[in-house]
Amino acid sequence: MKPITYFLLSVIFSLKVYCQTDSMVVIKGGKFLPLYGTSSEVDVTNFKMDVYPVTNADFLKFVKSNPQWKKSEVKGIFSDEDYLEYWEKDENFGKNRFPNSPVTNVSWFAAKSYCECMGKRLPTVNEWEYVAMSNAEVKDARQNEAYNKTILSWYETPSTYKNIVGNGTKNYWGVYDLFGMVWEWTYDFNSVMVSANSKDNNLYCDAGTFTTSDLMNYAAFMRYAFRSSLEGKFTIKNLGFRCVQDI
Amino acid sequence: MELNNTLNPVIKFITIFFLLPILLLSCEDAEKKKVNAEEMEVRDSGIAELTPPPFVPKPVGNRPPKKLVINMEVIEKEMEMSNGVTYLYWTFDGTVPGSFIRTRVGDEIEFHLKNHPDSKLPHNIDLHAVNGPGGGAEASFVAPGKEAVFTFKALNPGLYVYHCATAPVAMHVANGMYGLILVEPAGGLPPVDKEYYIMQGDFYTEGETNEPGLQNFDIQKAIDEEPEYVVFNGKVGALTGEGAITAEVGETVRLYVGNGGPNMISSFHVIGEIFDKVYLEGGDMINENVGTTIIPAGGAAIVEMKVEVPGEYILVDHALFRAFNKGTLGILEVEGPSNNNVFGGKIAENDYNPGTSAEGTDDSGMPSEPIIELSKSEKMAQGEKIYTQRCLACHQATGAGVPNAFPPLASADFLNADAKRAIKTVKHGLRGEITVNGQTYNGIMPPQNLSDEEIASVLTYIYNNWGNNKTEVTTQMVRENR
Repeated sequence: MKPITYFLLSVIFSLKVYCQTDSMVVIKGGKFLPLYGTSSEVDVTNFKMDVYPVTNADFLKFVKSNPQWKKSEVKGIFSDEDYLEYWEKDENFGKNRFPNSPVTNVSWFAAKSYCECMGKRLPTVNEWEYVAMSNAEVKDARQNEAYNKTILSWYETPSTYKNIVGNGTKNYWGVYDLFGMVWEWTYDFNSVMVSANSKDNNLYCDAGTFTTSDLMNYAAFMRYAFRSSLEGKFTIKNLGFRCVQDI
Repeated sequence: MELNNTLNPVIKFITIFFLLPILLLSCEDAEKKKVNAEEMEVRDSGIAELTPPPFVPKPVGNRPPKKLVINMEVIEKEMEMSNGVTYLYWTFDGTVPGSFIRTRVGDEIEFHLKNHPDSKLPHNIDLHAVNGPGGGAEASFVAPGKEAVFTFKALNPGLYVYHCATAPVAMHVANGMYGLILVEPAGGLPPVDKEYYIMQGDFYTEGETNEPGLQNFDIQKAIDEEPEYVVFNGKVGALTGEGAITAEVGETVRLYVGNGGPNMISSFHVIGEIFDKVYLEGGDMINENVGTTIIPAGGAAIVEMKVEVPGEYILVDHALFRAFNKGTLGILEVEGPSNNNVFGGKIAENDYNPGTSAEGTDDSGMPSEPIIELSKSEKMAQGEKIYTQRCLACHQATGAGVPNAFPPLASADFLNADAKRAIKTVKHGLRGEITVNGQTYNGIMPPQNLSDEEIASVLTYIYNNWGNNKTEVTTQMVRENR
């Protein structure tokens, strides 16, 4: 082998050392109709998704090898003041969280950078919603009453960000914790953005005239409302992320 | 006729040249008032005093318009809905309703809406006192752990609802996100002796009324408009017992009454009092001498009454099953010397026997059906159901009653002393003064339309709970003593 090949291999190897590769599952693409952003079905192509949200332990390894994302090092344009707010030190996520609890208080920039470091990327809103519409049995459980009640009940359970990943129910694709733990960043979280000047603003009072009483929309409304309240530098106690990968 | 004909043009002349300018002038006046509010200058600035219900901040009095900073925080937290029942409320400032805001026409308001970092959801505020898109909803939209700041000028005097308007709006309101903002006119509202803040709301829990434990929101019941609770100030009993509002004889009490809804319209009434004044829908129009006033969901009214006679005045939504079964009960306690001039009380009690039966037949004889006697455990089970439906609203789930209003059944000497009297009480009701565990009560218990078996069950349930003497009441006992 030529030296250059050794070099490339060592780079790849070092990436593997510094960036954890988590377990992922294959999501077979398809068409579906999201609640917002389009009036027609969208195509989702095949991809792989992390089984669990990124944990404190994962993120600790990441900041160790990517010091620009340490609590004390992060740049103001990439994050607000609450970045890793509960971490005691740059390399210590504190006593109040478990290593395998989801990392939260991370900005979109940090989450995106983490995924890229892994050779992955953040999921799009459509990809996330596509996977999240399944329950344990079927791909699309959005009309299922129990599915919707489970989602709604999360909003009424405090401090779920302290829980351990993987304790919930595995969904149809083998993915855990899309609901019941933390909100998750998406790549284009603000693509269905509520702008202050928008007249046809379904996320505010017009929602009352939205032509549906489907339970599924109540749960989905909250996700879209939440995403639209965000900016890329925001860090929030109930907001984490996971990554996906193209196949 | 001739005279009329000659007069007519004169009258027309007078109308056009004298009355019309007056009409125009008054229109101009109204227009001017509004323009004035918009152009009122502010010199001072300060931080607004905010109060939790049932209290209100100090009146604005004669102060000039100023810049008013309002700091409000959205908090999602578990609180008591009823005895043994909790709910995850979404709140403005940690109370339901949220803090009372008091301002005046011409004030420039700088509103700081903070969303607690522990919140799951983004929130915002739509104040009905705002002239502007969404009442501030879009300008105040704020993620957890963030603060949104927006400004507006108070132009229209009145009492207005504010609420969260984040999707799904109805759910944010159903979870308790509403309150009142009062915009006083220049010079303030006329002073009164006592002021209180009361707001009705309907709640939709997965469990039925009074089912204990932390109750989740039930979206289907909310869509069907079938509340398990309709309450004043966020919970059953917020305005009874320790929470009762008070006044002295001779005082004028002003209530700022709102209705957060999201679904129910309130028929607001104070039993035993008449509203001397009602500011209809919280606006300028004043109606006088009103018994019951209507308060729409998302609306408000200001009511005033002078209290002349001491006693307990019960605040209700006069859609009465809500009051007695779902919680819309409050108490205004008035203390002071009695006033026989206004209320003489009962001065005589006489027999009345017209000698005929209203139904045409006399059914006062002993019934001939055979007696059905349930086992004790069957009675306990049936009795618990009956108690929940018939008795719990007043005597409470623990039999503790409501101080000064409904006597206790738990370890109650009055109850344990005489089972026969208890049977008669359930069957025929009870009115007048009684003493229970050293406290006197002077209320009315309505007769209960229950069968002999049912009375035996509910009394057996009561006697075998909460430290009572474990009497088992039989159907035979009921039949002999009813």
